[in-house]
Parts: sequence; C-alpha cells; structure tokens
Amino acid sequence: MAKKPDARPNVSKEELLKYYREMLLIRRFEEKAGQLYGMGLIGGFCHLYIGQEAVVVGLEAASKEGDKRITSYRDHGHMLACGMDAKGVMAELTGREGGYSKGKGGSMHMFSKEKHFYGGHGIVGAQVPLGAGLAFADKYLGNDNVTFTYFGDGAANQGQVYETYNMAELWDLPVIFVIENNQYAMGTSVKRSTKSTTLFGRGLAYGIPGEQVDGMDVLAVKAAGEKAVAHCRAGKGPYILEMMTYRYRGHSMSDPAKYRTREEVEKIKTEKDCIEHVRDLLTQGGLASDEELKAIDKEIKAIVNESAEFAKDSPEPALSELWTDIYA
Amino acid sequence: MATEVLMPALSPTMEEGTLAKWLVKEGDTVKSGQILAEIETDKATMEFEAVDEGVVGKILVAEGTAGVKVNTPIAVLVEDGETVSDAPKPAAVAAVAVAAEAPATVAAAPVAAAAAPVAASGWPHSDLPEGPTKTMTVREALREAMAEEMRADPTVFLMGEEVGEYQGAYKISQGLLDEFGPRRVVDTPITEMGFAGIATGASWGGLKPIVEFMTFNFAMQAIDHILNSAAKTLYMSGGQMGSPMVFRGPNGAAARVGAQHSQDYAAWYAAIPGLRVCMPYSAADAKGLLKSAIRDPNPVVFLENEIMYGRSFEVPTDPDFVVPFGKASIMRAGSDVTIVSFGIGVSHALAAAETLAGEGISAEVINLRTLRPIDYDTVLASVMKTNRCVTVEEGFPVGSIGDHLASTIMQRAFDYLDAPVVTCTGKDVPMPYAANLEKFALITPAEIVTAVKSVCYR
Repeated sequence: MAKKPDARPNVSKEELLKYYREMLLIRRFEEKAGQLYGMGLIGGFCHLYIGQEAVVVGLEAASKEGDKRITSYRDHGHMLACGMDAKGVMAELTGREGGYSKGKGGSMHMFSKEKHFYGGHGIVGAQVPLGAGLAFADKYLGNDNVTFTYFGDGAANQGQVYETYNMAELWDLPVIFVIENNQYAMGTSVKRSTKSTTLFGRGLAYGIPGEQVDGMDVLAVKAAGEKAVAHCRAGKGPYILEMMTYRYRGHSMSDPAKYRTREEVEKIKTEKDCIEHVRDLLTQGGLASDEELKAIDKEIKAIVNESAEFAKDSPEPALSELWTDIYA
Repeated sequence: MATEVLMPALSPTMEEGTLAKWLVKEGDTVKSGQILAEIETDKATMEFEAVDEGVVGKILVAEGTAGVKVNTPIAVLVEDGETVSDAPKPAAVAAVAVAAEAPATVAAAPVAAAAAPVAASGWPHSDLPEGPTKTMTVREALREAMAEEMRADPTVFLMGEEVGEYQGAYKISQGLLDEFGPRRVVDTPITEMGFAGIATGASWGGLKPIVEFMTFNFAMQAIDHILNSAAKTLYMSGGQMGSPMVFRGPNGAAARVGAQHSQDYAAWYAAIPGLRVCMPYSAADAKGLLKSAIRDPNPVVFLENEIMYGRSFEVPTDPDFVVPFGKASIMRAGSDVTIVSFGIGVSHALAAAETLAGEGISAEVINLRTLRPIDYDTVLASVMKTNRCVTVEEGFPVGSIGDHLASTIMQRAFDYLDAPVVTCTGKDVPMPYAANLEKFALITPAEIVTAVKSVCYR
C-alpha cells in the first residue's frame, strides 16, 4: 500500500531533519552551480535539479549499502544524495583536477564506484539498459542489491527503454525504473510528445508493475521506494515508479523556458515545493524551531561555499591527463 | 526423362557439405516436398526435399560422404517405368569436376585456384610458438577460445541472439549452453541496442560479457552503447571504471546477401579511442586474439568473417597460446613490395603474392590482426625494406584503414618510398546482389596484383 502524504505522525524529527538537510544541500548546491556557470567557471551544458530534490532524497532513504544508481545528465542531485562529496562534484563542474573524473567528465559524466553511482549519461535513455545491466550483474553474482535507474519523461519515448523493460521482466532483473516526470522534455511537454501520458502504465504491457507517485513529497517517495525495493529484493523482477515532479529552472542553463508560463512555475513553487513541505511538517508539528532550521541553512551554506572555493582553487588537470584513462 | 538431383547450397556461404543420411532408397517413388536426405553443413544438419516427382533411379553419392561440392549430382530421379540406364550418364562423382571452381567470393580464377590449397593448409605465422599444433576451423577456434576462458573465469558469459538453444546462428557457440548453462549462455530477444546496453552495464557491475552480434550490420542498432557507453566511460570517469567486454560477430560481406548485410566496419571502430579492434585471418589468430580480447580490461570489437568460419588452419595446442594486441604477423617474407592487410583480405593478399612470385616479384605480406592498436613498427620496417606498399581491405575506400596507413607511411617513411602507397579496397558502392556485380564490388587478388605491378612500375 502506497502511503499518502499525511504519513506525518509516523515520521521522527530526526528523519525529517535528515531529508530537510539533504534536499537543501542539493538546492543550495545547484543555485551555486548556476551562479558559477554565470561567472564562466562552469562550461558546457549544466542541467540543474532544483525542484526535484524529493525524488532522490526519498529513494536514497529506501536504499541500502550495495544498491546502485544510474541516471541521465541531470545528475548533481543524485550524486549528493548518495553521499558523494560536494567538493568533488563541484570541482568536476569547473573541470578541475579535484573533480570526481579529474575534470575529464564534466557535469553530465561523473561516476563514483565507491558510492555505487554509475553516471551521469549524456545520451538520453542510454542509462536505462545500462542500469538493467548493473542489475543483471547483481543477479548473476547472486547478491540482493537493486539498481535505481532514473530517466526523464523525455527518455521515456526512447525505444531502448522498452527493449530494456522487455528483458528486465523476462529475466526478473532487480531494477527499479524511476521515471522523473518533470513534465517537460527540454521544451516539449509530455502532452505534446505522447497520447500515452501515464508513463508508468507502459510497463504493464511487459508485465512490470508500477505506480505514479507524488514526487514533490519526500515521504511519499520513500514509501513508494520501499515498496519497489521489497518487490525487487524478493526476486520478483523490476518495478516502475513514475515520480510526478517539476523542475524550476530551464532544461539547461541556456534554456529560457518560454514553453511554460511564469504563473505555472510560481504555482508549483508556492504550493508544492518539496523543501517547504518538510519545513512545514517540522515547524507546524512543533518538531523544530526556526532557529534550528536556520542553523541547518547556515551549515549547508558553508558546505556549498566550501565546495565552490575548492572548485575554484583546485588546479586544472595537468596536460598529461589528456592521454590517461583511455585504456585500462 | 531422368532428372539429376544436385547437392544443394543451404546457406549463403556453403561450398560443400556432408551427405549425412539418405531417407529414400533406389526404387522408391518420391513426391515433391518429400524429404530425400539429411545434409550436414558446417553450421547445421538440414533436411533436403525433393522438388520433382519420380522414382529414385540411382543414388550416386553414398550416405556418410563428406566434402560433397554444391551442385554435384547426388541421385537420379526417373519416371515410372524408366530405368536408370535410360538416364544420361552423370559424370563420375563430381567432386573433382567442381573442385576447380573458385570459392564464390574470390574472383580471379587462376589466382583463386592457387589460394585454395594455401588456405587449407594455412600459411605459417611468423610468430606462432614452437610446439604441437592441431588443424581446426576458425569457427572451432573461436568456440574453443570462449569455452576455455569461460572455464577459467566465472564472470565471463556469452549473450546474444540464438547463442544458446539454437546453438549459434553460425554455430560459433555450439555446445556452450550444454556446458555452461543458461545463466552464462544467455539467449536474448532481437534487441541489439537493449542487450548491448545491458551487457555494458553488466561489465561495470563486475562481469565480463561477450556480446555476439548475429552480424555487425545489426550492431549499427547498438553502436551508441559500443562507443558512448563502453568505449568512453573509463576516460569520463577519470579511470574509476572501465568496460571489460567483447563485442563479436561476423563482419563484412558473406556471399550474395546484399547491401544491408555486407559491410566492413573495420575503419569505423578503429577510429574510436577507448576501443580495441581485432580482425583475425586464420584460426590461430581467431583463437589467440579472442582469448586476449576476453582477458583484456577494455571493450574489444572483434570482427569475424562468415566466409572464413569454415576454413581450417594449424593452431597451437598450448592452452596458454594467446595473440597479443598490436602485434602484426608477417605471413610471407618478401623484398620488392609490402602488402598490408587484415581479416579475409590476407587470403587475397597471399593469393596475389603467390601469383606475383611466379612473375618474379617478391611480396612481403603483413597480417595486421589488430586495427587498434595498429603495429606501425612492423609495417614501417617492412616498407623501409621494400620501399613500396599496397594495402588491402574489403571496406569502403573513403576513410579506410589503407588511407590511414598511407598517411602514416608518408609521414614517417616518406624518404623510403619509391612509389605512392596504393590502397586496394572494396568499391565505393552499396553491395549489389547480382553475383557478377558483387564479385566486381569486392577486392580481388587480381586487383592486388595490378596494384603491386603499378607500384613496382612493371
């Protein structure tokens, strides 16, 4: 049974504070990344995760050590949520030696074997079979890990997604397909790209169960995640979670987002913001004071500023790095 | 009116087969569609049906006969009441008559005739280790390489279309399902992009996949994962994680399968940093290179050739025999000109060299074996000795491996050249179906002979 947002009574203060802290870290980090992009310190494409924080934070709360995750190019939030160091992520954005890929990957191509984060993929939809492949390996090796395979509503129209659904269900792979439906594939709304707008439902054709989840509510996300994880770990094969979410910023830093109204964005920000939601739960429930939350804000700001300083100070990779890591 | 029943061609590249079993005997009446015999090709045992009605007047080839050439008369059907003596005498079992026929894809008849015995016994490789060898086909060599590596490393597994229960579309994986089971010999749906991606992900998750493409033409559906996912991830991750895996399958033209099934991708994949690219010529190459490929921590594109699958060569029996990457093999030493080739091109180059020897031109034939890395040193040393170079490949001319070699030789050995490097390639056209046009589109030994003479000013 999927829990609904009013799971409030069962949630401890510590748990809520954890979510608050993790979501806030992602938001402040992304705001800083936007700023550094504006200053020319970050180049190329830079896709911000602002607005969607509850999805990764909620699902990470449902995971255990050993579980894997893989996503698209909108990947900074996923990396922070799985415990990768903000400094290493930011330094990769600035293309510096201290970055997770020594500056050779960039915003869209970052990995951490240690944290079981398998990218960061720039080709829309490619991460879907790759994620199923990680799950294939876990099943082959006989452990009970699951792989969270994230993709957007845009990728949901790629053919390889359905090739993967077919094989994932055929072979009972322990993979959770997380569709982050932020309603716009760059500038094309879901309605303008398909008549089959209930995206999780497409899995039913392959025998994969799934559900739509309020992706702006971290508690609902966590509850759905736990259900999906239990399904996978029980050897029942894949599960689809369609997270209804929203990105506040453009597709990338260079997107003016003219395809939607300012009012639409404002309405979501006002009514559905995932961080405000947890803040309300904490303050209205009398679980945390404004002062406590302000202290956390300050702490997060310090982490983000430190990451930005590190990303500016870390040297550019040595020219000799051009020629390394091509072959193992 | 008697009708000859001829040995049928049961696959695009079949040249001969074994008449495994007769299902009719002399005097039997047969109807069209009735199964006459079981015929074993190098890929499968197939049932062979009667086209015409009649009475089996005479069986000309006994069951169990191997090496029966396509189009050899194997039986005579007569009409009711007729006897076989009324039938026109078929030439004595035609194995001899047909043997002179060139393999379909080798154009110039005299040259091809020279090539045939050569291919059968196998040219010695310059660097085969001392020690015992056994004769095996390229197909058997590939199978043995996979089986040995799968026995040695439990994380190696094979995945692809028809690799398991069907025993391999080209029978490369025959028997592997029986030995290793469905966990390690994984039949996939027809979904190249999907399973190439899954295999690449599995390589990051601690396994060593061997992906079989039924042909590399189908790998076009999966090329994004080969390049963007498998080849580039080690670099993009700053060395944290690579893709230890092999993408293998037949590449290039088979015989009469038309434009969409006949393309050589050597130059395409060889252009990509992060990939290793192999193209074996002989069974020894095939076995030694595939073992190296499976053990290699990098993604390897392994380009095979359907026409070569059934050809036999000597292969070292030493289970530790491997062919290292980046090491060309000098197949034949010579002093007047260097012919550089790879894959099936080597057989054309060797045939040309034999013809040239008869005309007093001594050609050195280099088999590159790997196209990334390329053994430039061996090529350059040879060109510095012979001062002339001709490259041979089946692929298209624009942006060919030959183009790259010509450019490299020009930049690194210009002063040694007595003539421009000439590149022999397939013609710059989609592969036609018509037999004569296909022959014309493919590179031939005769063209290599002409090219060599031009660089020798003869």
